[in-house]
Amino acid sequence: MADPSYPSDLLYHPEHDWARVEGENATFGITWYAQDALGEVVFFDPPKVGAEISMGDAYTEVESVKAVSDVIAPLSGEIVEVNGALSDNPEKINEDPYGEGWLVKVKLSDPSQTDVLMSAAAYEATLDS
Amino acid sequence: MPPAAETSLRRTALYERHADAGAKLVPFAGWEMPIQYAGIRDEHVRVRRDAGVFDVSHMGQVETRGPDALAFLQRMLSNDVRRIPEGGAQYSVLCREDGGVLDDLFTYRLADCHYVTVTNAANHEKDLAWLTRHAEDFNVDVVDRIDDYAMLAVQGPRARALVQGLSDGALPSRMHCCQRTIAGVPMLVCGTGYTGEDGVELLLDPGSAPGVWDAIVAAGASPVGLGARDTLRLEACFHLYGNDLSEDRGPIEAGLGWCCKEATGFIGSEAVGAARSNGTTQKLVPFVIDGPGIARQGNAVVGGGEVTSGSFSPCLERGIGMAYVPSDSAEVGTRFEIDVRGTVRPALIESKPLYRKGS
Repeated sequence: MADPSYPSDLLYHPEHDWARVEGENATFGITWYAQDALGEVVFFDPPKVGAEISMGDAYTEVESVKAVSDVIAPLSGEIVEVNGALSDNPEKINEDPYGEGWLVKVKLSDPSQTDVLMSAAAYEATLDS
Repeated sequence: MPPAAETSLRRTALYERHADAGAKLVPFAGWEMPIQYAGIRDEHVRVRRDAGVFDVSHMGQVETRGPDALAFLQRMLSNDVRRIPEGGAQYSVLCREDGGVLDDLFTYRLADCHYVTVTNAANHEKDLAWLTRHAEDFNVDVVDRIDDYAMLAVQGPRARALVQGLSDGALPSRMHCCQRTIAGVPMLVCGTGYTGEDGVELLLDPGSAPGVWDAIVAAGASPVGLGARDTLRLEACFHLYGNDLSEDRGPIEAGLGWCCKEATGFIGSEAVGAARSNGTTQKLVPFVIDGPGIARQGNAVVGGGEVTSGSFSPCLERGIGMAYVPSDSAEVGTRFEIDVRGTVRPALIESKPLYRKGS
């Protein structure tokens, strides 16, 4: 997508990751800002289902032509599903970062962590500097 | 980005053009340069299929003139400078006494005792100091011309025709150069490039550069940033100083023995000759990743060696690169492994260039 977009139904981590939280489960991805800074994503090697991931730690990588970037977990939990379609179409991360470009689904180990994530408005404000 | 860092970066004469075109500007060797406009992949493919124009004004120029110009450059540069005809161009490396590579350079002979050498931006001051120091023993003037030239590269299958339409005369053939007036501006036109495509490089007065850029873009060339410049040169297996070349490595192990003529007695020729006859521990090879994944600069080669350039190839649609590997397993067709941040990826040594026209 060409223009910045930060859906209001998502929660945001300062390392440019989003979480769509539904009870004890959540979907993670990278924000419009992150994909724009990265440029065209050409490779995504999904992490393993069953892997435990921790808020604030890198859990996977996305690669553009030019560089590889760590992706930071916005919340802690266990990966229960990965977006396997991205192996063949990693450009979905650029084209639809909040939809078809989702990265993993996670069973949250501590849903109360959502308290420290930011709203769309708060996250967007951090990008204005 | 903090304002202090921004103000310390140099801007080319085309900075406004890049900003207006929506380019992503990044610090590069002390300059604020466009890394991409529309996107690296798209720009890359345009150069392969059509024509692209690059601002490479960050590159430096050193002018050498005087009665000893030839003798001086013959002592400095690894190639046989006598073989450059008037209006000719030649690639060479600049070596230390121990053969370590200080820079890789294109030298253009404008007249009998008059040469212009193009340096890499990051090495320009170092090269200039080295050349100036050694010039003391010769009747020659070595002049820093970096502020006097903007430099554009127009590359791609349609690049020549496009520039020809703006020129007052025939363009120089490959590896030649001449003075022409293009889009109304007199300049040095060189039949060289760094993409593996046909094209020209233009050295001109910075004040006139924006108008020439506009004319070339209006004639149909797409602006291309340094991101695609890197992927294009890597597909063509052209070395990048700071990645594939450094002071810690010699030209023989880098596969640049073809541009070293030890008989000329250039500085470093003894070390280069010894490396040529004795062999080197490692050799630089082009590779493709056999499967998914992209190796990057600094990744270790399993069994010894390292990746010095690694990227995604927009034309081959896979990871490609160049790596130093043990010389006894550097043959084309050899399989080896690269530790890509903890994941071992299989790779295959390929012949140069990695991308061939029509493939």
